[in-house]
Amino acid sequence: MLAALLIVFREVFEAGLIVGIVMAVTAGVVGRGLWVAGGVAAGVLGACLVALFTSGLSSLFGGSGQEVFNAGILGFAVIMLTWHNVWMARHGRELAAELQAAGEAVVAGSKSLAALAIVVAIAVLREGSEVVLFLYGVAAAQGGASWGMVGGGFVGLILGSLVCLATYLGLITIPTRYLFGVTSTLIAFLAAGLAAQAIAFLQQANILTAYDGTVWDTSWILSESSYLGRALHTLIGYVDQPTGMQLIVYVATLVTIGVLMKIFSAPAVRQPRTA
Amino acid sequence: MSEHKIISVGLAALFAALLGMAAHDARADDAVSISLTIKNHLFDPAETHAPANKQIVFHVKNLNDIVSEFESSDLHFEKIVPAGSEGVVYVHPLKPGRYSYYDDFHHATQGYLVVQ
Repeated sequence: MLAALLIVFREVFEAGLIVGIVMAVTAGVVGRGLWVAGGVAAGVLGACLVALFTSGLSSLFGGSGQEVFNAGILGFAVIMLTWHNVWMARHGRELAAELQAAGEAVVAGSKSLAALAIVVAIAVLREGSEVVLFLYGVAAAQGGASWGMVGGGFVGLILGSLVCLATYLGLITIPTRYLFGVTSTLIAFLAAGLAAQAIAFLQQANILTAYDGTVWDTSWILSESSYLGRALHTLIGYVDQPTGMQLIVYVATLVTIGVLMKIFSAPAVRQPRTA
Repeated sequence: MSEHKIISVGLAALFAALLGMAAHDARADDAVSISLTIKNHLFDPAETHAPANKQIVFHVKNLNDIVSEFESSDLHFEKIVPAGSEGVVYVHPLKPGRYSYYDDFHHATQGYLVVQ
C-alpha cells in the first residue's frame, strides 16, 4: 500500500510539475483545458502501450530500445518546447492583444497549444509507464489487484495532482507583465534539462561516449533522489553528478533557444522620427 | 557573448557528439562485463567489483516474477527489466570508490559496485 502510494505520488508529482507549468503558460487561452486534458489522456494511453510492449521495446537496438525510445521522445519534447518559446517570442504580443479582443485568439493560440499538449503527453507517458509497470507487477505477484494497492495508488494520484495544482496556482500569482518572461525562462530550462536527460540515456546505451566523465558531485549538498532534488531535476534538469556531455548539451540548448527567440522575435515598433 | 560565439559553441558541441559516436565502437570492446541476477528481491552477487578507469557493462537478469527497475543515482542509469529478461546497461569509466544500485520498484533490493 505504502509502496504503491510512494511510487504513484513520485511519478505523478514529476509529470504534475510540467502539467502545472503548461497550465500557467496557457492561462487565458481559450480551449486550453481541452488541449491539456487531451495531452494527459494521450499520455495515459501511451503509458499503457509502452508498458504493454516493454519487453519488445527493450530488445530493440541490441537491448537498448528503451534508451533510444526515451532519448527520442525527450528530444521531441525539447523541439516542441523550443518551438513554443520561439513562437511566443514572435506572436506573444499580438496574442495578448487578441486575447483581449477575443475573436481570433482561439486559432492563434491553438498552434502553440498543440506543441504544449504534446509535451504534456510525453511527460505523462514517461512517468505513467513506470506507474503502470509497477502496479501491474505488484498485481501479478499478488495474483490480482488488492484494495491496498488501489487505495495507495489513488492517494498517490491525489497528492501528486495537488503538486500540479500548487505549481499552477503559484505561477499565476505572477503579474501578467512578468508572466511571459518567467514562463519562457522556465520552459527554456525545462527543455535544457530534458535534453541533458536524453544524453544520459544515450550514454547508458553506449551510443554516446564522448565527455562521459562526471564533472562535479553535489550529491552531498542535494541528492538527486530527494524530493527537492527530483523537483529540480524535472524543472531545471538538476543532476548531482553531471557528465561533460550533459553540461555541453544543457548549455547548448539554452543558448540555442535564446538565440532563436532573439532572431525570430517580433520587430520592435518603430518610433516615427521627427527631424 | 556575441551571437557568432554562441553559434560556434553549439556547433562545437554537435561536432563533439559526432566524434563520440565514431569513437564508441572502439571502446565497447574492452569494457568490463559484470553479470548479476535479481532473485527473491536480492542481487546476486550482493557486491560486484571492477577496475578503475574502464568502461563497465552490467548484464542484469531478473529472475523475480515481477518487473524491476535497475537504477543507480550514483551511476546515473535507470533501466526497466521485465521478469525473466536481461537488461544491459553501460557505465562510463569510474574513479575508485563504492557505488550503490538498487531496484527502484523494490528499494530493499540493494547492491554495491566496488571500483579499485
